[in-house]
Amino acid sequence: MALEPITHVTGRAVFVPGDDIDTDRIIPARFMKCVTFDGLGEYLFYDARHTPDGDPCPHPLNDERFAGASILVSGNNFGCGSSREHAPQAIYRAGFRAVIAESFAEIFFGNSTQLGMPCITAAGPDIRRLANALENRPDLEVTIDVEADLIRFGDDAIPGEIRPGAKHVLLSGHWDPIQDLLDGLPEVEATTARLAYMRES
Amino acid sequence: MGKSLFEKVWEAHAVREMPNGQTQLLIGTHLIHEVTSPQAFGMLRDQDLSVLYPHRTFATVDHIVPTNELAEPYSDPLAQAMIEELRKNCADHGITFFDTNTGKQGIVHIVGPEQGITQPGTTIACGDSHTSTHGAFGAIAFGIGTSQVRDVLATQTMALNKLKVRRIQVDGQLAPGVYAKDVILHIIRLLGTKGGTGFAYEYAGEVFDRFSMEERMTVCNMSIEGGARVGYVNPDETTFTYLQGRPYAPKGAAWEAAVESWRSFASDPDCTYDDVVHIRAEDIGPTVTWGINPSQAVFIDETIPTVQEGKTESDRASIEEALTHMKFAGGEPIKGIPIDVAFIGSCTNGRLSDLKEVARYLEGRKVKSGIKAICVPGSQAVSRIAEELGIDQVFKDAGFEWRGAGCSMCLAMNPDKLVGDQLCASSSNRNFKGRQGSPTGRTLLMSPIMVAAAAITGQVADAREVFDLLVPTASA
Ligand code: SF4
Repeated sequence: MALEPITHVTGRAVFVPGDDIDTDRIIPARFMKCVTFDGLGEYLFYDARHTPDGDPCPHPLNDERFAGASILVSGNNFGCGSSREHAPQAIYRAGFRAVIAESFAEIFFGNSTQLGMPCITAAGPDIRRLANALENRPDLEVTIDVEADLIRFGDDAIPGEIRPGAKHVLLSGHWDPIQDLLDGLPEVEATTARLAYMRES
Repeated sequence: MGKSLFEKVWEAHAVREMPNGQTQLLIGTHLIHEVTSPQAFGMLRDQDLSVLYPHRTFATVDHIVPTNELAEPYSDPLAQAMIEELRKNCADHGITFFDTNTGKQGIVHIVGPEQGITQPGTTIACGDSHTSTHGAFGAIAFGIGTSQVRDVLATQTMALNKLKVRRIQVDGQLAPGVYAKDVILHIIRLLGTKGGTGFAYEYAGEVFDRFSMEERMTVCNMSIEGGARVGYVNPDETTFTYLQGRPYAPKGAAWEAAVESWRSFASDPDCTYDDVVHIRAEDIGPTVTWGINPSQAVFIDETIPTVQEGKTESDRASIEEALTHMKFAGGEPIKGIPIDVAFIGSCTNGRLSDLKEVARYLEGRKVKSGIKAICVPGSQAVSRIAEELGIDQVFKDAGFEWRGAGCSMCLAMNPDKLVGDQLCASSSNRNFKGRQGSPTGRTLLMSPIMVAAAAITGQVADAREVFDLLVPTASA
């Protein structure tokens, strides 16, 4: 059973500059005390968006001009740090449907793909070009063409790249693997039977 | 041609190739805790799925437990809700839960090995990035996200791409005062926080051959800080000796068979690696981080870099960002910087040998007045043995707070937090902005002995000078 294929993501975008933006910055740990992911979006980048007293401070996500953006753009090694899915969930639940960055941390990349939120890499200078375009025209529509490895905005376009495995699952609607994993259950039992430590003692 | 441990374990657990080309990999052992599992159980309920092999999942509670408040209900209602949710999910699905009243509760990466659940030649997953710790036993252990926790609960498998293997070989003899923590901080400093992306790290060489299991765990624990999702050490006699007699280790005839099978998983001498890195133990010194990621580190006798020292534009930008957050000028010696808080604990360095080693030197010393110093055993078992040995008293006499088991000040999900821009000498694994609870709080990662030296002198100090470590001592 396949899900909806994800071939394109279109929307307005916001640039959050910086390299090595880690999961603690994406969603500070104190907001992870929850038993569901609902409501996490509110705390996205909380510490960067607020003063120590809790007042909003200048941040692209607090900038009215970028309100409603659904594509997040950032630097190198985005999402490094913890394996917690709270980070991509917070991004997703804040309304984002794709992330463009120079590179991604591995677990973040996998977690996001599994949510159906494509992560596309682009070269640093290209990202700066996109960022400049957004600064000049915050309402610019950005389209990520998953199949063509292309990020289009206005009359411009930059090459983007999605790892072949992730691209394949997005385009074929297999980004959430649960159904495929369940389909393999007979083989799971066979593998389990071969391993002594899997026996119930 | 021979095979690496990674390949052997992968092959033994590969269920099938999935339609998308990924491997469906059997996860033999699943560890869960209160932070990343409730949402996964929620997904099971929503999607009408059940837990396939409840006997292969083990639960503990660590991140949110207050370490200075043992009775429930906890003063934080959210923490109380999370522990209750885990209790209920475990009871509903027949999962073993090392609850706070069992004497076995603690940080998940300390409990698994301690109970003998972590075994060589197995695959392990846990919704926590420091799951790489378990690789110390020659297991392939993955930190996973919550959706994957759901996948493992429902199917005991995950969809994965095979990793490449990099052997990191450390030969020679570590100098006195240089610990496992310094080894891994040094590796991350050399290879960077992204260096391990796509790789499993195989740690090997004379230093690892001599290391105890606890030292191997300290190194494997921080693999993820170097970008490697998996890190492991080949199993050997040290591994088997550690496991023998532990509650979940095989017994009797099954023990002999298990050891034989475990031995066969070790990398073959003639196997090839995707990459090999050689490091000389003599080149490693006591290491301290000065920045906001674990690769931003220097030896204790070095100076903090200046922005100009960055080789590329992006290096310079990261140094600048780190210096700004850390409130350092750049160019000053790391040694002598005054600290506010000293924290010994976490899944990196909250094990018995860590506390024992520090206690050896702490005897008769006092924490400098004005410094908040806390010691948090990684598990109830660690704290019980430490108390039997009188280690708790040594810490208390020195002026440390002695706490109950948990993650404590490693991250800000319980009452232990930095305040304002406090500077913390910490034996934990992450120095990210805000990690220890205050957005402006500052963390210096170092070995537990260096934390103790900082606590006593009130500043970043060379433990070798403070404790006269320059004479070789028997390894702990
Ligand atoms: S001690 Fe720290 S790193 Fe380890 S599991 Fe707890 S919070 Fe995570």
